[in-house]
Amino acid sequence: MIILLELFLTCFKVGLFTIGGGAAIIPILQQEVVAKGWITMDEVLTYIAISESTPGPIAINMATFVGSSQAGFPGALCATLGMVMPSFIIILTIAKFFSKFSENRYIKTVLVSIRPFVVGMILSAGLYLMASAIGIKSAAAINPQLRGIVLTAILAAIMFAYKKIFKKPIPVITLIAISAVVGMMSSLVK
Amino acid sequence: MLKSLIKLFLVYMKIGLFTFGGGYAMIALIEDEIVAKRGWITKEELADIVVIAESTPGPIAINCSTYVGYKIAGVIGSAVATTAVVIPSFAIIYLISLFIESFLAIELVAYAFYGINCAVGLIIVRTGIKMMKSFKKTPLSLTCFTVATVGFAVVNLFALNFSPIWFVLAGVIIGIASCFIPRLERKGGDRK
Repeated sequence: MIILLELFLTCFKVGLFTIGGGAAIIPILQQEVVAKGWITMDEVLTYIAISESTPGPIAINMATFVGSSQAGFPGALCATLGMVMPSFIIILTIAKFFSKFSENRYIKTVLVSIRPFVVGMILSAGLYLMASAIGIKSAAAINPQLRGIVLTAILAAIMFAYKKIFKKPIPVITLIAISAVVGMMSSLVK
Repeated sequence: MLKSLIKLFLVYMKIGLFTFGGGYAMIALIEDEIVAKRGWITKEELADIVVIAESTPGPIAINCSTYVGYKIAGVIGSAVATTAVVIPSFAIIYLISLFIESFLAIELVAYAFYGINCAVGLIIVRTGIKMMKSFKKTPLSLTCFTVATVGFAVVNLFALNFSPIWFVLAGVIIGIASCFIPRLERKGGDRK
């Protein structure tokens, strides 16, 4: 029973502090969920990957997965509910009482000020995920993974090539599909 | 009333089921299903909703659904829309979570995910770089950006216990301070 409450509250916290889109959830997910030992960073990566190919926002999918892994169906339910609640409450409050919310000059200034932080966090999260993939999980655990390094290099090259040839960035789903194939092909090598 | 709520529920289930690739994809779907096809809200109203959804905590997809639901049918509408939009991904992810262990145990699948994990890091870095265009480059904003980027790199590398919440709060404080200290405001900020 306690775990259900914990799941709800933790996901509520994560939902409350995730501003600015999917990838911004990674840092806070790490602090709140990975630190608790509920899931590992690798699992986070896997589920982000799954999220890119399934319907639904990353945040909700993460909550469902974490909840399910800790306490089955009721866990998934509580975690997802927790993740959704802050949005629901805040938006309803704004909708009901603050129709001029988006035009308020103080709100606007605050939002503009938060943005560089959020972008920095997202960039940092991406860099950390890249580092993880090549074997740098922390300053203490540097274990270069040749496979990771090579795969990352190949995929980066594919991204650049696509942009050069098609003049637009490679769609996420396409890159994920290619990376899955490349990953499987790499099983033939060592 | 019940009939229109059921309709709202079904439309939002559809939106929830077909939103691949994140919040912005959902906005396109909402535009299509709710604005264009049914006229339940206007394009302008949707645009306003998006701004708010982007600027408030929580996934933009959920924020949008809650707000649009409210516009269409008040508090009940927002509850119906939010629930409906979450159900498809909840069901899918829950099912996947049941089988994920055995799924990943298949060696080829594990290799596939190895590749995918590499891609994910690249994708998010790309997103971060793209998003750098979203804020005006002033000494203050660049400092904040750098602090966040380097700060998080350090936190991650040394497995420190430092919550991103502090950064959000720092942003809020700086924002509030900017309102009262004119020299902190960006040029061309909102002085209307």
